[in-house]
Amino acid sequence: MEWGPIILTFKLAFITTAILLVVSIPIAYWLASTKNRFKPVLETLVSMPLVLPPTVLGFYLLVAFSPSLFLGRFLNEWFGLKLVFSFEGLVIASIIYSLPFMVHPIQSGFANLPSSLVEASSVLGKSRIITLFKVLLPNIKPSLLTGLVLAFAHTIGEFGVVLMIGGNIPDKTKVASIAIYDEVESLNYASANAYSFILFAVTFAVLLAVYLFNGGYMKRFLK
Amino acid sequence: MIELNLHKKLSTPAGEMDLHFECVLKAGSLTTIYGPSGAGKTSVLRMLAGLMQPDSGVIKVNNQTWFDASKGINLKPQKREVGFVFQDYALFPNMSVRENLEYALATKKETKVIDELIELMELGSLEKRRPDTLSGGQKQRVALARSIVRKPEILMLDEPLSALDQSMRSKLQDYILQIHKEYSPTMLLVSHEMGEVFKLSDEVVVLERGSIKQQGPPSLLFASRQVSGKFQFTGEILNIQKEDIIYIISVLIGNNLVKVAADEREVVKLAVGDKVLVASKAFNPIIQKIG
Repeated sequence: MEWGPIILTFKLAFITTAILLVVSIPIAYWLASTKNRFKPVLETLVSMPLVLPPTVLGFYLLVAFSPSLFLGRFLNEWFGLKLVFSFEGLVIASIIYSLPFMVHPIQSGFANLPSSLVEASSVLGKSRIITLFKVLLPNIKPSLLTGLVLAFAHTIGEFGVVLMIGGNIPDKTKVASIAIYDEVESLNYASANAYSFILFAVTFAVLLAVYLFNGGYMKRFLK
Repeated sequence: MIELNLHKKLSTPAGEMDLHFECVLKAGSLTTIYGPSGAGKTSVLRMLAGLMQPDSGVIKVNNQTWFDASKGINLKPQKREVGFVFQDYALFPNMSVRENLEYALATKKETKVIDELIELMELGSLEKRRPDTLSGGQKQRVALARSIVRKPEILMLDEPLSALDQSMRSKLQDYILQIHKEYSPTMLLVSHEMGEVFKLSDEVVVLERGSIKQQGPPSLLFASRQVSGKFQFTGEILNIQKEDIIYIISVLIGNNLVKVAADEREVVKLAVGDKVLVASKAFNPIIQKIG
């Protein structure tokens, strides 16, 4: 077993989760507060990765980012970004793939807050941005944490999308889930087990931490 | 002076309703909008605060236009100087009592107002508590204090006391009067409690199914319509019972149950749940100190 794929997996998960947090808060806020008639369309798009086979998503991303087609060529020529079979491409794909896992908890967190909180804040002369950061976000911490952890764990567990768009390039796109598949293919069960066990243990620990925190158990321990 | 002329189509459980509210509030007055639930009282407050947009009409405060549908003027809630006490109090759960008040400040330095309000509303011992650890009455006091931090021109209270019991109510009514005395904002209150209207307001607007039915000082509207009794209370009928040839009507006045005898002709007009005036004259009430 090598540490490369494990390190790469966590690097991917950290970067993806961080970007997702920034991207998801405005989307979730908009979805929770709007009555716009296009809301169902955006909601559907956000939720698609939940039901779509990862290979479908990976296939279309592969096509879209392909240097021989418009978007891929544009990104390559103007920004020097090569998104097929590269780490950057994996990050973009992971963001799309894990989007619902971050947006949904935050959206329901916002929706569960009484609307009078926003109204009270605006009557007190505070802008929407200040209201978001001082009133809304601090009151949905459990939802934020749930979103962060689900997106993180989901990115760690990615396989189909990564295989389609990233391939199997050591230290660039060979993440742990790919490495496991690789080792099993070559009948290397011991290293496959090592990778698997690490993913198993980490995922268990992360989820347990969330349930402890959100269930208020942590506070009892710390007292 | 505040001039209101508001039109709004509201969809209520009982179907569509046209709300039309036209009224002038004198600066520093305390006006109550009185009426059954679903009459559009809260919507009037929300439109004045900028939380709901009227379909047409004008809102002018001290000759400054806050809303004018024909000119396309509609000030945001942030730009209107109003205080609003919400029915559910809307305290920020992530902040302590003191932080809730401080949040309302325009600049962080004017903490003098906060100290003053904490003292006036007797919140000193609760300063560091979170809203979810407070009782209904305490939350109400915090909400009231927070709404006045910015010294608004207009203070609106949406059924501020409906969730509280009788003794708590009368105490909080005193707090409201104290705020009014100290800071003299123009106050607009929503209530369906007749006693509250009497105790608090200079002026009552009776709103029913979206339109103003009556307007004037409370004593003129509710009390001396037909009766010139010296001794009168308002209450609610809890029970009507026939005994031989007369009827006994149980009326809840404040939190006292009073039984009143009535004959058949009077009972015909009354039903359980009616608000009634109980008055008496031509005998001397006995006053005795208790406790």
